[in-house]
Amino acid sequence: MAQSAPAAARSSQPFRLSEGGRIDRSRSLTFRFDDRELTGHPGDTLASALLANGVHLVGRSFKYHRPRGIVTAGAEEPNALVQVGRDPRTEPNVRATQLELFDGLGVSSQNRWPSLEFDVGGVNNLLSRFLPAGFYYKTFMWPAAAWETYEKAIRQAAGLGLAPSKPDPDHYDKTFAHCDLLVVGAGPAGLSAALTAARAGARVVVAEQDFLLGGDLLSDRTAKIDGRPALEWVAEAEAELRASDRVRILTRTICFAAYDHNFFALHERVTDHLAPADRPEGLPRHRLWKLRTKQAIFATGAIERPLVFRDNDRPGILLASAARSYLNRWGVRAGSEAVVFTGNDSGYATALDLKAVGVRVNAVVDLRAAAEGPLSEAAKAAGLRILAGHAVTGTEGDKRIARLRAAPLDADGKGVRGSGQEIACDLLVSSAGWSPTVHLHCQAKGSLAWDEAHACYLPDRSMQKGQAVIGSAAGAFGLASCLAGGEAAGREAAGALGLEAKASRKKTQAEDRDFLPMRQLYCVPSDKPLGQGGKHFVDQQNDVTAADLLLALREGYRSIEHVKRYTTTGMGTDQGKLGNLNAIGIVAERLGLPLPEVGVTTYRAPYTPVSFGAFAGRDVDALLDPVRTTPIHSWHERNGALFEDVGQWRRAWYYPKAGEDLHRAVAREVAATRETVGIMDATTLGKIEIVGPDAAELLNRVYTNAWSKLEVGRCRYGLMLKEDGMVMDDGVTSRLAEDRFLMTTTTGNAAPVLAHLEEWLQTEWPDLEVFLTSVTEQFATMTLSGPNARKLLAELCDLDLSTEAFPHMSWQEGSVAGVPARIFRISFTGELSYEINVPAGHGLSVWQALYRHGEKYGITPYGTEAMHVLRAEKGFIIVGQETDGSVTPLDLGMDWIVSKKKDFIGRRSLSRSDMADSGRKQLVGLLTQDPKVVLPEGGALVEAMRDATPVPMIGHVTSSYWSPNCERSIALALVKGGRARLGKTVLCPLEGGKTVPCTVVEPLFFDKEGDRLRA
Amino acid sequence: MLLIDCPHCGPRAELEFSYGHEAHIERPKAPEALSDAEWADYLFLRDNTKGVILERWVHSHGCRRWFNVARDTVTYEILAVYPMGAEPPALERKTYV
Ligand SMILES: [Zn+2]
Repeated sequence: MAQSAPAAARSSQPFRLSEGGRIDRSRSLTFRFDDRELTGHPGDTLASALLANGVHLVGRSFKYHRPRGIVTAGAEEPNALVQVGRDPRTEPNVRATQLELFDGLGVSSQNRWPSLEFDVGGVNNLLSRFLPAGFYYKTFMWPAAAWETYEKAIRQAAGLGLAPSKPDPDHYDKTFAHCDLLVVGAGPAGLSAALTAARAGARVVVAEQDFLLGGDLLSDRTAKIDGRPALEWVAEAEAELRASDRVRILTRTICFAAYDHNFFALHERVTDHLAPADRPEGLPRHRLWKLRTKQAIFATGAIERPLVFRDNDRPGILLASAARSYLNRWGVRAGSEAVVFTGNDSGYATALDLKAVGVRVNAVVDLRAAAEGPLSEAAKAAGLRILAGHAVTGTEGDKRIARLRAAPLDADGKGVRGSGQEIACDLLVSSAGWSPTVHLHCQAKGSLAWDEAHACYLPDRSMQKGQAVIGSAAGAFGLASCLAGGEAAGREAAGALGLEAKASRKKTQAEDRDFLPMRQLYCVPSDKPLGQGGKHFVDQQNDVTAADLLLALREGYRSIEHVKRYTTTGMGTDQGKLGNLNAIGIVAERLGLPLPEVGVTTYRAPYTPVSFGAFAGRDVDALLDPVRTTPIHSWHERNGALFEDVGQWRRAWYYPKAGEDLHRAVAREVAATRETVGIMDATTLGKIEIVGPDAAELLNRVYTNAWSKLEVGRCRYGLMLKEDGMVMDDGVTSRLAEDRFLMTTTTGNAAPVLAHLEEWLQTEWPDLEVFLTSVTEQFATMTLSGPNARKLLAELCDLDLSTEAFPHMSWQEGSVAGVPARIFRISFTGELSYEINVPAGHGLSVWQALYRHGEKYGITPYGTEAMHVLRAEKGFIIVGQETDGSVTPLDLGMDWIVSKKKDFIGRRSLSRSDMADSGRKQLVGLLTQDPKVVLPEGGALVEAMRDATPVPMIGHVTSSYWSPNCERSIALALVKGGRARLGKTVLCPLEGGKTVPCTVVEPLFFDKEGDRLRA
Repeated sequence: MLLIDCPHCGPRAELEFSYGHEAHIERPKAPEALSDAEWADYLFLRDNTKGVILERWVHSHGCRRWFNVARDTVTYEILAVYPMGAEPPALERKTYV
């Protein structure tokens, strides 16, 4: 057997048929699975190539480490998940059934240690009665502290594959697209719809997850359309669609999500199928399509359901349709001696096809009392051995099924008679029926209706306009119905688009075979009670059994959503595509309810997993987020600044000289600003021009203070509240002219403040004649601050800068270094300060001129950190640092700026009863009783320490620095009833048990009279 | 993602817009005359209709203009778009149980 072939031996693909299928036998591809080198052909998936080599065992199960094999031939695969490629170009949990083979492909199996054939974790299988459903919940709920220990053990034992250890070296892309009609699925129904709509002139996108068009027809060796092999019709349809410039066919593309108003997300795997050396340089690995369409048709097919019987998870047990696909599409027989286990007519198609290529079909075990239906009849005629009214009651075999037992089934399906007969086999295929793939319809909130005859949910009504479901996804299981339904839907979509679809020349002829009659059993009985002598797996990926579901019901869970979460059924990467309906059926039977009353679990995107890379696209590294820099940025860089991010802005943080750390550099910058003159780049402050006859009135309404009487040429500080009374922003606004103001905002709030003002203007006060324009980036702003600011500016400025001619809180237009400028005498440092605005393009040259002339005074550039210290020394707040959306002007002790005479946004909220509560948190200063200790920002404050926790918290530190000018530490804090605590002690407990006593003081530490400001 | 027909720019994807909650809530003319409960009603309390609601949107990444929308909160269908200050158009104010 190939399974025991020595490593590196070339396989001859012993299970490959000599002819047939959609593979190219003239070329061989070499690939590696764990340490074995094997071959396949172009057209193979990894799964088909493994089966051609006789390899069924591909992984160990998640919880019990049971040997598992390939079950399906598509996206619904629960077991055959592999790790592809080498770190960092490695991807876990890739479905072998969808992984296209290329030369040199290297994959490894997952969840086994030390090897797939010999796995230590298999001992979990023996311990399984100690690992029931809900085990994780029960074990880890308490004590909480034990979680860390358990988690490590779980991470070792469980898990599916390994994440790469380094950043993804591949690149990804995103694209937006629009079309008239999106057709999802290119089987007979989808192709027929696309052809009809395209012929009518619609712009059509066809999305197909497979690399070939044709859907189920690819797996059918007998289907005929118009009397010819169906794949000839597919080829002609594809050729016609590809020839049309209105049609785009996306293969290897899964439409994984439906959003509102016919917006869809599609995941295209662009180069994964190529050998790395063949991947074109310019192409992304994956592409995320964001597609808006006017009409959508879901032709997504149906997925066969497996039967749930005892030990139904051994390698060599497949879906009947999958074994048929491997045979017909890939020329691979999945075994030599087969048994077919079915409850409907469609299982016989596999039996007949297997027999036709010489596989020994030892029995067809049929749940139905009598084998009926066209294929059943054909099987009888072909002389197949049929055990009607029988059930498979158990299987045996180590790493591959070797035999099974089949016994007569009771009429009610609840038990079997006797221990039955043993039948040898190395392949067992099962078919319980078919579940339409209604995911997109349901994601779009479409409703479902239960079809008792087919035992499946069918799409009922679409919630959104312009959506249709066709083909077997809509319960049309016969080929003729698919073709006719596709044509009708294509015609209807064209009509909705205002296009006319001509009637086709003649009706397409095909057989219309359903899989009825069927007998539905959600759980096949064995000769022992459920849970004894073996396991009935419902969800193979998460190792959930029928007994687990019943345990959840015994423990009181009733909602299917709760049962799902408790047992984890349907929560793997396959999202229960195979198991969910069986789980619902088992729950319904035990509860004694009709299945529809149990409901279905919610269908959520994505249909299949999507790579993070596709979502990220090109928005990584430098392109993750725009970086905004000021016109003076290059100077800061040249002068050794370190930067901090403030929103998207990159601001100079501090300018360390050789050997300086943050602390020493900031101390130097702060001292120089107080002693001589500092210069800071303040360009990032938001600037909004407010223009119009009602400009002052707008300010009256949005600021807490009054603005009408502000003279032209004067500046005023303003505090802006939200309607709930909480501080939103602050800044200085200057009157440029009778009808023109320049508002400044904090750096981070420039856009929100503009949006806030626009909202009020447009929605509440359309009568105000005011226009708002953001001019943040039009001006470069530099602040000269310190006792020598006036002397320095005078050297370069044409204005009289004396306090008489140019007092504090005023502005003038003049020139600085020959450049027209607005000069504002305002201060955030408490020193004599000038904020100079020049057109952005002149920013760097004016800065350089000021710096050159300032060198004789020892001019010192200072960054945001020094600015924070300087303003904290003066007790000036920073919105977002001293405030957090729950702080009023009264809390800040800023009653002085709150007008009593006029209404403004937020005013009424300030008179709500709890605003006057003396226990509210209020802004105060803190002085540590040891002046050398600097409190941590964010540090919690308490009244007294207690042995028992929790200790009630009375506030927190909002700002804290070493103040070189005070020669001690200083801090600002919000403290409950803070103003009543002046002079009292509060404690700041630190990590490690240390507690810092602090005295509550007024929030002002330096130049309390403000003489320096007005100098 | 909704497709919203901006009255100034035409149909655009929802990600260009910001939501402004329920429409036609006028700021009281004399806030000081209101009780705390009445003020709270204006400030915080909004309908949570399962059915057609009137709401405000702003084309933040486009023309920055505000406008009103009538939308069904079950189907998400947009039934009307109309300017600020205008009366809502006559349409069935469908609700669901
Ligand atoms: Zn617009």
